Amino acid sequence: MRDPADILLRVEQLTMRFGGLVAVDHLSFEARKGEITALIGPNGAGKTTVFNCITGFYKPTEGRIGLRHGGMAAWDGLEALTDSGKRQAKHGDGALFLLERMPDYLVSQQARVARTFQNIRLFPGMTVLENLMVAQHNRLMLASGYTLLGVLGFPSYAAAERAAIEQARAWLDRVGLIGRADDPAGDLPYGAQRRLEIARAMCTEPVLLCLDEPAAGLNPRESAELNELLLSIRTDNHMSILLIEHDMSVVMEISDHIVVLDYGVKIADGSPEAVRNDEKVIAAYLGVPDAEVAKVEAEVGA
Amino acid sequence: MTDVTKAPNPVAAAFCDAGLTALIAFALFLPLIGFQAISNIRNEIVVTWRGTFLFTLVAIIGCGRLCFALAIDPWLKRRALRPAKATPAWRAVFGKWFIPFAIGFTIVYPFVVLATAGTGGALKWVDNFGIQILIYIMLGFGLNIVVGLAGLLDLGYVAFYAVGAYSYALLAKEFGFSFWILLPLAGCLASFWGILLGFPVLRLRGDYLAIVTLAFGEIIRIVLVNFVALTNGYAGIGGIPRPSFFGIPFNADDNGFAAVFGLPFTPIYRTIFLYYLILGLALLTCYVTIRLRRLPVGRAWEALREDEIACRSLGINTTNTKLTAFAMGAMFAGFAGSFFAARQGFISPESFTFLESATILSIVVLGGMGSQIGVAIAAIAMIGGTEITRDLDFLKQIFGSTFDPTQYRMLIFGFAMVLIMIWRPRGLISTRSPSVFLKERKTISADLVGEGHG
Repeated sequence: MRDPADILLRVEQLTMRFGGLVAVDHLSFEARKGEITALIGPNGAGKTTVFNCITGFYKPTEGRIGLRHGGMAAWDGLEALTDSGKRQAKHGDGALFLLERMPDYLVSQQARVARTFQNIRLFPGMTVLENLMVAQHNRLMLASGYTLLGVLGFPSYAAAERAAIEQARAWLDRVGLIGRADDPAGDLPYGAQRRLEIARAMCTEPVLLCLDEPAAGLNPRESAELNELLLSIRTDNHMSILLIEHDMSVVMEISDHIVVLDYGVKIADGSPEAVRNDEKVIAAYLGVPDAEVAKVEAEVGA
Repeated sequence: MTDVTKAPNPVAAAFCDAGLTALIAFALFLPLIGFQAISNIRNEIVVTWRGTFLFTLVAIIGCGRLCFALAIDPWLKRRALRPAKATPAWRAVFGKWFIPFAIGFTIVYPFVVLATAGTGGALKWVDNFGIQILIYIMLGFGLNIVVGLAGLLDLGYVAFYAVGAYSYALLAKEFGFSFWILLPLAGCLASFWGILLGFPVLRLRGDYLAIVTLAFGEIIRIVLVNFVALTNGYAGIGGIPRPSFFGIPFNADDNGFAAVFGLPFTPIYRTIFLYYLILGLALLTCYVTIRLRRLPVGRAWEALREDEIACRSLGINTTNTKLTAFAMGAMFAGFAGSFFAARQGFISPESFTFLESATILSIVVLGGMGSQIGVAIAAIAMIGGTEITRDLDFLKQIFGSTFDPTQYRMLIFGFAMVLIMIWRPRGLISTRSPSVFLKERKTISADLVGEGHG
């Protein structure tokens, strides 16, 4: 059912330098529609930096990050859009976005890329329901006539708010937090906060969901529940997911496609089986066997 | 102390503690209060000994400490051990009826005062207490949007109050526009300045934001002082037109308010009219703020206070959100400013010093950031408190007829504020009430709610 050529996100020659440090070095990869793409690598490999570039929190030093809405035909306009200097272009039934040119909030608002954070960033003093309402800000803002109609009490806003609450309720049901809807988000246990953050990201109605270590700090049972949730988001909502993860049980079980980074360079790219057996990946994670140390040292010129 | 097996006698320990406290007080007060240096007619310094005053104070402190150690401290400890009681029923009833009662009271207040204190006394109670407090309640509500909801620390809020006041004064005097046209106009001008201030400070947070807003407040004041051609400098602007009652002026003429309604002329009618005017404005501010909290823009303000980065990841334009907070807050200050000019009839830069900003900010902090009722109670306590402490003549009976209580006004007041902040570190009403709920509205405790990072 999934077309291997159905590219949603295209990262090309992405480079990010912090002073003299090259965090990401000419990285290119693709994420396909309706797939779970995992970005893995040892600590400090530059995974979160890639995420921050995609979601607009960092401006990459070099490179292009394209995202399409609608049909594959949108990609035809990529070169024209790049040359035009604009951020986005409509193309037939779809549109094309150059994420490296967009500020962070527009990446979410217009290109519809939602993200979560490695260290959870909820609004702890607001209730679970309010967290999900804030995620629907832009839609509600429009319905409230940029506040003006809302203050005057126009019925259009009341209807939009009811719809937003309904959507929030549906997501709370999905992540099993419906009973705690009126509790402050800061009071939830850690695993529930992780799920709430995913639900909040989904409430922005994204085309691409970027999850930064969603299984960090979860116990095996919670981790298994998370797998189920992510698979159901992919299958039932036809969502494309880009995932950073250290927990290999999550990565190998649910990913359709894995990209491996080490020191900012892509060392492998392919299906879970291919990546699992890749020598470079094994070397990056486990080190090389003793017999090969001399050969590796010669290679790196030590 | 050497015998660890024997428990210390609590009474002896309390006396010991009280004695020590009295000793420390004596050592502290001996140079401060015990000796008084007065220069005599030949400009020589004469040191006099104030033994009675010194020992009275030391005795008060020693007894106070003894009382605390013997009675209050054990009581507090017993209370802490007792299991928490369920909220008594009267609290729920009180909570339900408090707001309608409070609004009802503010509406009948001028007439209650008029009936009890007569026309002469009522003027003081309606003007010094009623109107003065309501102006600060309104300013508190406005600043609450910026500081309490959006979490942006603004130390120059009085600048917008000044813009509103000068807009009304200058436009009314030069062009003769009526109060009702200039009120919204002053609000618009103030919010324009709010946006103007907002742009350069958007990148700043915390202490840096506070410093820049403080500087902005001073710039506006110094411009008002030095732009003599427009503002008349320190001399201020006098003879500002007063608002009329639907075109009927409040004066002693034949077509004045008293004559038209067949009443004897007194200045109280104008005062009562102004009271209802500012009451209406304050209620409007409160209503709009409550509405805004339940709209996406209000939720975005609070989300911004909680976590700005998360806001941006959800597609919220944080620049615009901060600017709307500044503009809304400034607009209400502009309304209050134009009312202030219309009520006083005279304004000068002296009314818009940093002390005013500090007062408004302490109303918001004391009330509990983000709470409307808290801000109203804090404004009553702060402004009513400073007004009440003007008449402390009874203290003369304690400290002798040479004692001037007005000199101690701010001391007493500062002391009271320190006590309140020890008792309630996050303000009088520190819990947050959610803007939307599924089943029941549960209040959120203060330790979860963010204070903002500027």
